[in-house]
Amino acid sequence: MEKLSRIGGRILQAIPPVFGVIVITFLLTRALPGDPAVFFAGLMADDGTIAQVRAELGLDQPLPVQFVYYLGDLLQGDLGNSLTTGQPVLNELAARLPASLELTFAGLFFAMAVAIPLGVLAATRPGSWIDHLCRVLVTAGVSLPTFFTGLFLIYVFYYLLGWAPSPLGRLDFLYLSPPPVTGFYTIDALLAGDWEVFWAALRQMVLPAVTLGLFALAPIARMTRAAMLSALSGDYVRTARANGLGGARVLWIYAFRNAALPVLTTLGMVFSFLLGANVLVEKVFSWPGIGSYAIGALVASDYAAVQGFVLCMALLFVVVNLVIDVVLTLIDPRVGLES
Amino acid sequence: MTDMEIKMKRRDFLRTGSAALGGAALLPFLRALPASAAAGSDTLVVVIGDTINSLDLHRSGTNRPSYQVAVNVYDRLVRFGTKTLEDGTLSYDSTVIEPEIAESWEVSGDGKSITFKISPKAKFWDGSQVTAEDVKWSFDRAVTLGGFPLVQMKAGSMSEPDQFVVVDEMTFRVDLPASSKLALPDLAVPVPLVINSKVAKEHATADDPWATEYLHENPAGSGPFKITRWDPGQQFVYERNDDWELGELPALKRVIVREVPSAATRRALLERGDVDFYMDVPAKDAKELGESGKAKVEGAPVDNCLHVLGLNLNFEPFDNKLVRQAIAYALPYEDILAAGAYGRGKQMWGGDEMSPSTIEWPQPFPYATDIEKAKALMAEAGMADGFETTLSYNLGLADWMEPTALLIQESLAKIGITATLDKIPGAQWRTAALVEKRLPMHLENFGGWLNYPDYYFYWAYIEGHLFNSSNYSNPEMDKLVDETLTMETDDPAYAPNVKRMIEIAFEDVPRIPLYQPYLDAAMKPEVTGYVSWFHRQLALSNMAKG
Repeated sequence: MEKLSRIGGRILQAIPPVFGVIVITFLLTRALPGDPAVFFAGLMADDGTIAQVRAELGLDQPLPVQFVYYLGDLLQGDLGNSLTTGQPVLNELAARLPASLELTFAGLFFAMAVAIPLGVLAATRPGSWIDHLCRVLVTAGVSLPTFFTGLFLIYVFYYLLGWAPSPLGRLDFLYLSPPPVTGFYTIDALLAGDWEVFWAALRQMVLPAVTLGLFALAPIARMTRAAMLSALSGDYVRTARANGLGGARVLWIYAFRNAALPVLTTLGMVFSFLLGANVLVEKVFSWPGIGSYAIGALVASDYAAVQGFVLCMALLFVVVNLVIDVVLTLIDPRVGLES
Repeated sequence: MTDMEIKMKRRDFLRTGSAALGGAALLPFLRALPASAAAGSDTLVVVIGDTINSLDLHRSGTNRPSYQVAVNVYDRLVRFGTKTLEDGTLSYDSTVIEPEIAESWEVSGDGKSITFKISPKAKFWDGSQVTAEDVKWSFDRAVTLGGFPLVQMKAGSMSEPDQFVVVDEMTFRVDLPASSKLALPDLAVPVPLVINSKVAKEHATADDPWATEYLHENPAGSGPFKITRWDPGQQFVYERNDDWELGELPALKRVIVREVPSAATRRALLERGDVDFYMDVPAKDAKELGESGKAKVEGAPVDNCLHVLGLNLNFEPFDNKLVRQAIAYALPYEDILAAGAYGRGKQMWGGDEMSPSTIEWPQPFPYATDIEKAKALMAEAGMADGFETTLSYNLGLADWMEPTALLIQESLAKIGITATLDKIPGAQWRTAALVEKRLPMHLENFGGWLNYPDYYFYWAYIEGHLFNSSNYSNPEMDKLVDETLTMETDDPAYAPNVKRMIEIAFEDVPRIPLYQPYLDAAMKPEVTGYVSWFHRQLALSNMAKG
């Protein structure tokens, strides 16, 4: 019961930041240098045509009026039309967010699969070769910029060896995208029972996911190692060992469950960070995600698209943090004992 | 777009795919073939670095890469011919105007109207005849929607709908306020495209009488290619219009254009042979690809286009002609061409006459790197100690502007000028350089679509005109351009006027030309028929593979 009310309170706390974000993004995009009317009037337009475009875009209205229009549209789920792509922002985000999410999840999964066992092993054998390996990987992961890793992987696995498929986005042009259900190509392909497309989508995802994952490895591995070290030196572990419990049981049930809390918090941060920071990976692998969309919009001073993107990211951050908090509440052994 | 719509589109796409094509043309969408085997000799796979944002050129906000679609899916009344240059590359020919939708045309005695006979072979994709009504509707649309299309139509003296007259179903007339040599060529640029007005009107609404919403995603034309698929931000697919009769039927049946933002990835794709054609290659890659032998690089100098260093006369001491000339003698031209353009440009310095003997444009300016002479001119201007200024460039064009700016900065230091580099993001460039004209020293790359020297001077040397980023003003130039712009090229006054304009440009150098750039494309050796166009877009109708 206490858990439930905690979770409910946590959800309520998420509302004010969302409203704040709406106001701030609206004001910030207006403060951007560059005049969208000039940009969209075309290269050879004169003053008259620019004024005509400005009026068409509603940019001749005072700011508060523009904001009221914006709020009203927002309530109806209308994020406006992107000027650069000519599509409704909502549709574009809906089409692109799954691409980014799928890639981020894959990258995170890869990072977790490597970093958590590595961190645990390094913590149990400090100073051994595996600890050093962990240190090297962590250092390399943070110090190599993602676009470099991406280009390097393409060079080796696509250009030289020819193992990887051509870095042309989510699917090679040989394939048609699966009927959309979740927007995740791999899952949609499985739902449609289309193994061929599933493999194709998976193959396209390997290099960009590894690129992202290498970057995300570092904080996860470091945090796992540190948390495991402190857990393993804890009194309860010593007590458990003294009571003659088996090594594996002590390691996973007693130490790891406690170490999982900071690791999970880190995961939440890494996830949000990856989602925003994978724009370079998207560029290198022609991945049609929201990062590259936002950059394009920003360069063109495309208000609606930038606002939509920031809003979408803010909501995601809020949701991710919420989910992490809820999960933490659920798995925290102390909270469990109290109730 | 709802799920249902996407499903429908997918199904339609598959159906039209199998019904209209069959056999080899369907191969690229068969599932188990590797890319190289799938892309048969009638399918071309193209990579571009930009993203297109509309299928309708007239819509406000349509970006430049999208013009490609207008070039390939729509016909115009007339088109430019093509020619083979000395080195074997193909280029459009600004001196030849060929029939397209118009099978013939006649200019009235006073040159104030042009009457076009529409070809009975001109058929829209739905099989209906192209009529004068369609041409009028399309031209009205171009001048009414405003923005860039209107400005471009104005260059040909067309700005009002009542200039476009339907004489009868198959005869169309354009009335001009005065005779102009630019009117007919201006009908061959991408803007005056002909839309199927019956289809468009079905989708027009009271708020949107020109069907911009519909045509944005659904072109309705008569051109040699149709768009069968557009995934914004990813790719678009052309398919040949097998019924096109206004020229030789294109050899390519299907063209897949994939948007790949990273230049390194585009190059790897071409070198690996997974794509056939790479448009708009940065000069460095063009040079290396050509030398590696893995791809062939073709390109021609862009007509009527110069990469220049602009000196803004609103800022001291650039209002002093001697200072401008000193800078023109101080620039390291050869290094700029080698490092900024990797040799992919035509020399525009080192001319040997202060008054031009020909009207060729662009032609080399009578300046070359000569630091001593530059110092002497600086001393004569009372600027022997030099001065400080900023050199601005567009980050969107950093591939050539960045190395060029660095070389200029280094060289100007030798004559005492300290230039601070100022990088301006692409989106703000236009406002700063062209609209507000507030950059003291800057790099600029204007090229005129219509290949006449006076057209270049009209845009770049007249006070207040958009590309005159130098705020240059000279009553004699104004008068010359005003007289010459609409004048026929065989008019006895034409050549002397143009020579005088070039002479003034030599003498006053508000814009110092660095070189004339090339428009390069890299392709597999078996791809043929690539033509460089003034609009710098990929035109598919001449191309073939294998």
